[in-house]
Order: sequence, then structure tokens, then C-alpha cells
Amino acid sequence: MVTVEFLGPIQKAPLTLEASSLRDVANALKQDAEMAQWLENCAVAVNDRLVASLDTLLNDGDKVSLLPPVCGG
Amino acid sequence: MVELYNRALNVPEIITRWYSEESDYNYGAYIPFIGTVREEDGIEGLSFDVYEPILTAWFETWQAKAQALGAKLKMAHSRGDVLVHESSYIAAVFSPKRRVALEMIEQFVEDFKASAPIWKYDLKNGERLYARDRSTPINGAGLLGSNE
Repeated sequence: MVTVEFLGPIQKAPLTLEASSLRDVANALKQDAEMAQWLENCAVAVNDRLVASLDTLLNDGDKVSLLPPVCGG
Repeated sequence: MVELYNRALNVPEIITRWYSEESDYNYGAYIPFIGTVREEDGIEGLSFDVYEPILTAWFETWQAKAQALGAKLKMAHSRGDVLVHESSYIAAVFSPKRRVALEMIEQFVEDFKASAPIWKYDLKNGERLYARDRSTPINGAGLLGSNE
């Protein structure tokens, strides 16, 4: 199982799901209508490191984070 | 190290302390950038969420770049509510000579705006409203929505 957490303004509680790669997480979140507005503009981190491929492999206990558009300062 | 504070920054304390901390290191230049909340569009203030693990990693990458040039970066940011005319952000660079500091403060602050995992909200009529229109997707965003 991996945990998916939603940062900043995404009003959604963390999820746990079975996923062997980030592609599995993408497919699961695409089923969720309220996530549609976020998937196109969120960056993704696995265990607090930003990643760039859906083929990123996931292991049991991994944490996937969605980072929506930012504006510090 | 990134300094994070609940609510507004104590600007005089921070920039004076940083000045003292670095005064014996033979830096010829110290450039602080201070971000202050402006009265605009009827807001009462701004509010911030910060994701510290990735912010820290981002900052350490920049610190390594600074070190390679003989410089040092410092940064402070607020969490939670910061009212109009209070300050929420200070970035500073120390360097032996001015040119490195002048160039680095610009590059650092611009990348901060584009990359640092901090989310801004307008405080207006008692509500906390995500500043979506002023926010920037992080480089590489959209991965989960792509059909690669």
C-alpha cells in the first residue's frame, strides 16, 4: 500500500491504495471527478523528492505527494 | 536552514541577527530582500501553507550553488496569516563581492516564486481563498494528468 497526500489548497484527506508505479496512482486519481482540476497542474513527489515519470516504481509504505501551483513570498 | 515562523516576521530582529551572525566572515556584501503584504483588492492580509521537507531540499540545493561561489543564502518565511503591511518573506545573500550577491538574489527570489512549495491565500471578508490566478505550476507539473 502507498499513501497519497494532497498539499496546500487541495481539500482532500490522504488516501491509501495498492500501486506498483505512479501510473497506477494516476489511473486511480483519474476516476475521482474532484481531482480532475488538479491532475493537470500538480507536481508529484515520492517520499519528498520530485519525480518526472509515470514509470516511477513504488514500494510498500511509499508516500506520494501532490503539489498544486505555488506562490510563496 | 530555512527559518519558518507562525504569522508575521519580526523583520528588524531577523535582518539584524543575520548581519551579526555573518559579520566575522569577511563578506563584502549583504543583500536582504523583504516581502511585505500590500493593501490590494480589499484583502485583510495573506495566509500561507508551507511544505517543509521539499522546501528544505530546494533551499539546500540553492545553498550549494551559493557556496560554490563563496556566498551564503538565508531565508525566512511565514506560516498562517500575515496582515496588510506586515512581512512574510525575507531572502538574503552574503558574498565576498557585490556582483555575485546582486545576481544571486534575483535568481534565488525568482526561482523561489516558481518552485518553493508554499501556497498563498487571500484573507477577504473572513474567508481564506487560494490565490490560484497568481500561482505557478512547479516545473514538471501535470504528470498525473498526462497520457504518456
